Amino acid sequence: MAKGERKAGAVPPAPADGAVDRIPGGDAPAGGFVQLLTPDGEHLGSVTTADGTTYSVDFTVEEYQGLYRDLVTVRRLDAEATALQRQGELGIWASLLGQEAAQVGSGRALRPQDMAFPTYREHGVLYCRGIDPIMPFGLFRGVDQGGWDANEHKFNGYTIVIGSQTLHATGYAMGVTMDGKTGSPDGEAVIAYFGDGATSQGEVNESFVWSGVFNAPIVFFCQNNQYAISEPLERQTRIPLYRRAAGYGFPGVRIDGNDVLASYAVTRQALDNARNGQGPTLIEAYTYRMGAHTSSDDPTRYRIASEVESWKAKDPIARVKAFLTKQKMADADFFAEVDESARKLALDLRERVLAMPDPQPVTMFDHVYPNGSPEIEAQRTAFAEYHASFEGSGH
Amino acid sequence: MAEKITLGKALNHGLRRALENDPKVVIMGEDVGKLGGVFRITDGLQKDFGEDRVIDTPLAEAGIVGTAVGLAIRGYRPVCEIQFDGFVFPAYNQIVAQVAKMFYRSKGKVRVPMVIRIPYGGGIGAVEHHSESPEAYFAHTPGLKVVSCSNPSDAYTMIQQAIASDDPVVFFEPKRRYWEKGEVDLDAPVSGAYPLHAARVARPGTDATLLAYGPMVRVALDAASAAGEDGRNLEVIDLRTLSPVDYPMIFESVRRTGRAVVVHEAPGNGGLGAELAARITEECFYSLEAPVLRVTGYDIPYPAARVEEEYLPDLDRLLDAVDRSFGW
Repeated sequence: MAKGERKAGAVPPAPADGAVDRIPGGDAPAGGFVQLLTPDGEHLGSVTTADGTTYSVDFTVEEYQGLYRDLVTVRRLDAEATALQRQGELGIWASLLGQEAAQVGSGRALRPQDMAFPTYREHGVLYCRGIDPIMPFGLFRGVDQGGWDANEHKFNGYTIVIGSQTLHATGYAMGVTMDGKTGSPDGEAVIAYFGDGATSQGEVNESFVWSGVFNAPIVFFCQNNQYAISEPLERQTRIPLYRRAAGYGFPGVRIDGNDVLASYAVTRQALDNARNGQGPTLIEAYTYRMGAHTSSDDPTRYRIASEVESWKAKDPIARVKAFLTKQKMADADFFAEVDESARKLALDLRERVLAMPDPQPVTMFDHVYPNGSPEIEAQRTAFAEYHASFEGSGH
Repeated sequence: MAEKITLGKALNHGLRRALENDPKVVIMGEDVGKLGGVFRITDGLQKDFGEDRVIDTPLAEAGIVGTAVGLAIRGYRPVCEIQFDGFVFPAYNQIVAQVAKMFYRSKGKVRVPMVIRIPYGGGIGAVEHHSESPEAYFAHTPGLKVVSCSNPSDAYTMIQQAIASDDPVVFFEPKRRYWEKGEVDLDAPVSGAYPLHAARVARPGTDATLLAYGPMVRVALDAASAAGEDGRNLEVIDLRTLSPVDYPMIFESVRRTGRAVVVHEAPGNGGLGAELAARITEECFYSLEAPVLRVTGYDIPYPAARVEEEYLPDLDRLLDAVDRSFGW
């Protein structure tokens, strides 16, 4: 093969302008991103983007400590879940390792009245919504399909088919407008979570079209963790994902997804814009999935160790710890106490997961139709009678 | 006061009444607003109820159904129009993977009370993708209620019942019957109407049972009339509900007549007729004088319009099947 000749199936060269600027392990993608807290723990105070928008956060010491506690806690819970899966207690687990800042920052930016539509990896957002962290374990342990009350918690069920939930979020946001709940600082906003792979889905593009056309009060929060299972970002796009928003007529912002302060500040601003009637925003949180796609995946087959190592240097938790330490906002006792309380929470979670009973088999006939179905009732009865016929025979 | 109106107009009246009775009902789809839909089923509704109640959407079926799911979670009752049968497939993922399963997935905590209206079937001389009968795909999916109306009176009440139901309903409209007229009592309370989940005897008879739904009910009734001239008294059952099927009524009829012929436009392979034949055989075996026969579309893609009359089950094919049943 001559020099410069592309192999069949190779990723085409990106255009010079607007190339997909994924730089594995680099400090920042070309074109930059909104960052308020550097990997070294330096607080930049505020950042003004090219369009003149200024993002900043100014938290109290307790609030900074609270963010740190959230990050450590969701990482610890995630680690416990990974361990449970390895021990055969969960059928599968989708780890959020590496994406804590994106999830905690955006999750804490939500107000109580805002509604979130997650994928199956948003355990950190779920935690920030105040939902019992055991809730997703029914799904991953195989005792139910989820089953929390989306409206009560303002957090929809996990959605597994990639991108489907962005349309649900858009429709919900249209309903917010129809209910007259936009146009004021106390209005409602909606956030839809998805990954870089989802941006290739037609339904995600349709949700962008709809949201633009109907000026829906929605924030699209894309966690670009660089891989869709094994496929790198170059297999999804030729331009940086945040720039796609321009084609749909609303702003796109790229943030350092490992920076909890940037995640919080930009999401809060976008949500406020939405609730004030200014329509959608696409946020691309530029981050990295440190673990496998799910526990069934082997990332060593498609990415190199040095890339993972370089991202470790940008760890979302270490930089907050460095900041708190430098600013003398926290001492060793605080960090030890946070670790200990996260450990206790994880152990409590472990006990409760192990105690989750298998459902009674006959309950699989429940909740197929709100109004019931004579066919399903007949099958339920036949099923129950069949099983009852084995009683006493040890079946 | 009963009026003689077309099936299309009856649907229009039914939608209007649903919009009047419940402020949470919204209609959404391509061209449903100013144009009133390509079949004019939503004619005049946007003018009277506004652009927020009758929403002209971007041209994308997954988007129509997917955003309707979100609106339903929010507390609305969306009525989606899919413009033609063959265009429902871009929305197929949303319907079977999301609409059908939201209630189950959430252990009954999230309801998506929505209606997906699909004009379906052939006989209007249309081009590809405009004449299909995809009902079996949806009837095969637990969590969806699938219904089809066959006459103006049913169209008027069934669409209102579908909208009022908390079950997600796929509502198949027999497009070649849109222009057929029948008596409709527009003042009758829906609460007292025949239930949405029940089949109906469209013509009582004693010698054989014809099972039909949607556009084929007219063909079955015509066949029963023609057979009557030969001294055969055929019963015609209009299924109305395709999932779940109202089996008790069907079993009662077939046990009485001893013969059953199922007719539908969709291809026979894996179709509703196959399911009906199997269930009747299981439940009525000792009452049957002949195998349950099927008259269906052929197992080919819907053909070009100039040959569709050969594809579609008609009076002669149905009578031929009746003859075979009696000849057993």
